Amino acid sequence: MRLFLGLTFAVLALFAASLVTGPAQTGAVESLSALMFGGDGPLPLVMREIRLPRAVLAVLIGGGLGLSGAALQGYLRNPLAEPGLIGVSSAAALGAVIAIHTGLVASGSLGLPFAALGGALIGVFLVLALAGAQGGSLTLILAGIAISALAGALTSLVLNLSPNPFAASEIVFWMMGSLADRSIVHVWLLLPFIAVGVGLIATLARGLDALTLGEDAAQTMGFDLKRLRLTLVIGVAAIVGGTTAVAGAIGFVGLVVPHILRPFVGAQPSRLLWASGLGGAVMLQLADITVRVVMPERDLKLGVVTALVGAPLFLHLIYKTRAGQA
Amino acid sequence: MPPRAVPSMLDCALTGKHIARRATAGLVALLVGAACACADAPKRVVSVNLCTDQLAMLLASPGQLVSVSNIASDPLVSAMVDEAAEYPMNFGRAEEVYLLHPDLVLAGQYARTEAVDMLERLGVPVLRVPFARSMADVAANIRLIGTALGREEAGEAMATDFEARLLTLQEGVRSNPSAALYSANGYTTGAMSLSGQILLAAGFENVADDAGIPYGGVLPMEVLVMAAPDLVITSSPYPGASRSEDVLRHPAVQVLRSQQRRATMSDQDWVCGTPRILAAIEALAQDRQALEGDN
Repeated sequence: MRLFLGLTFAVLALFAASLVTGPAQTGAVESLSALMFGGDGPLPLVMREIRLPRAVLAVLIGGGLGLSGAALQGYLRNPLAEPGLIGVSSAAALGAVIAIHTGLVASGSLGLPFAALGGALIGVFLVLALAGAQGGSLTLILAGIAISALAGALTSLVLNLSPNPFAASEIVFWMMGSLADRSIVHVWLLLPFIAVGVGLIATLARGLDALTLGEDAAQTMGFDLKRLRLTLVIGVAAIVGGTTAVAGAIGFVGLVVPHILRPFVGAQPSRLLWASGLGGAVMLQLADITVRVVMPERDLKLGVVTALVGAPLFLHLIYKTRAGQA
Repeated sequence: MPPRAVPSMLDCALTGKHIARRATAGLVALLVGAACACADAPKRVVSVNLCTDQLAMLLASPGQLVSVSNIASDPLVSAMVDEAAEYPMNFGRAEEVYLLHPDLVLAGQYARTEAVDMLERLGVPVLRVPFARSMADVAANIRLIGTALGREEAGEAMATDFEARLLTLQEGVRSNPSAALYSANGYTTGAMSLSGQILLAAGFENVADDAGIPYGGVLPMEVLVMAAPDLVITSSPYPGASRSEDVLRHPAVQVLRSQQRRATMSDQDWVCGTPRILAAIEALAQDRQALEGDN
């Protein structure tokens, strides 16, 4: 309970901090009152159309990624499973890029997250088929690397073939992710996908707890593992597809957050789910505030910050896994 | 290697001084060692840069210009697509340009430097025309290319006409409403750029100058909205989709633009320092007059 309150407080405090952070130098009180009560001049427009969507998106995307990381790790019983690392985000980005650049959908239309969802679905299926539920860490990571590399290369290819001169420079956005200049349109695009994904994954809580005892035990306890797996795949794909369509592929959130929070929830997957959702929102908001404070004029990508935090932890986890095997 | 270029450069030493008096000091260095107006004007001129393409097409005598760059045929950036269709196009590669046997190559100052360096090593005379950052640069470039083509009088006449029409356009500026140039990725340009100078010439104040962006850089959307300019001038969209151009359709920018009576886009007239930028200034001046009428 204390963890829940602490994380919720952190999410709210960072949400407020995010709202008052930006290149337009305005007072915090003045900004927040313009957000809530409107008023004359351009400030309400800045607060409502630029900063509010950005803050809301950071909460939704961070929460979604934290949650899907925890769910994947619970299902695979592997602390290295994370949507970005196992190639699901890259596959979603490929789906989005193909949809935009073949003219199937305009960016900012509902077709875009569906296309990314399609890519994410293919990505999750491929990883699970290659690594399998019983597969070890090594197979999982190798499958992820292969899918990431292929999806990344195809994304670059599609962007390079675009007649639009700006497309090629957007490779970085799709691989690293950013929330710069997103609008309320994107919030509405993302919301249903997050809702469906969270709803599906929430039904898995008890099944994931049972899985800690092993697949056979879970089955004898009456959990349909095939259904559990399908629900997980669709839930993760909905979240990762939606977030990637809006903000590009942001890695490591689903790795770092469950890892830090696991000791606090007694390594119980069901409790780790909601804790990681809140923790992911905290982490991504921190990252998004960092990119605006550290290099406001450079549009530093979110994935750069999350990777700087996450990659060393990832190496540490690999080292620990190896030590455990030896 | 054909030595044909070398004597003409020596012959030109005297003429070079003559040009130096006319051209601004910064141009002199570029002229020395490059082709210039000798009694025998260049007969096979190849242009490999969009802006020199257009000036050359405007100034060259019939048959003198052999080829222009492929970009001159791109209607998004070239103001002279129809004229360019009458010339064979080149892609600015050293090999293909060399095989056209040019006795003068017109290039931009910074573009395609490897290919241009290669041509110089092969003994082809190259004139690197500096990038126009101001109205004075435009007139200077017109004279520079006119002289290089041996068409000094045509160049002088066009430059004088340009200066006169520019002065006429700048008369009668009563107020200075503010404007912002806003293109893909939130990129804007300030007073040290041609488009910034077009704004100033049309009687606008540039938001980028207040934001401390003298050349070019990203103007954060928040800063744009807070500055609340009287006019937002966006770039013309390229074909195909891109996330970079999404900012131009962002709701905040839409609201800002919906408060304005004019929705102006920069187009091919803005790209190069040719007399065509007068058309851009003229269109903007009309926007300004409309804004003044509103007040």
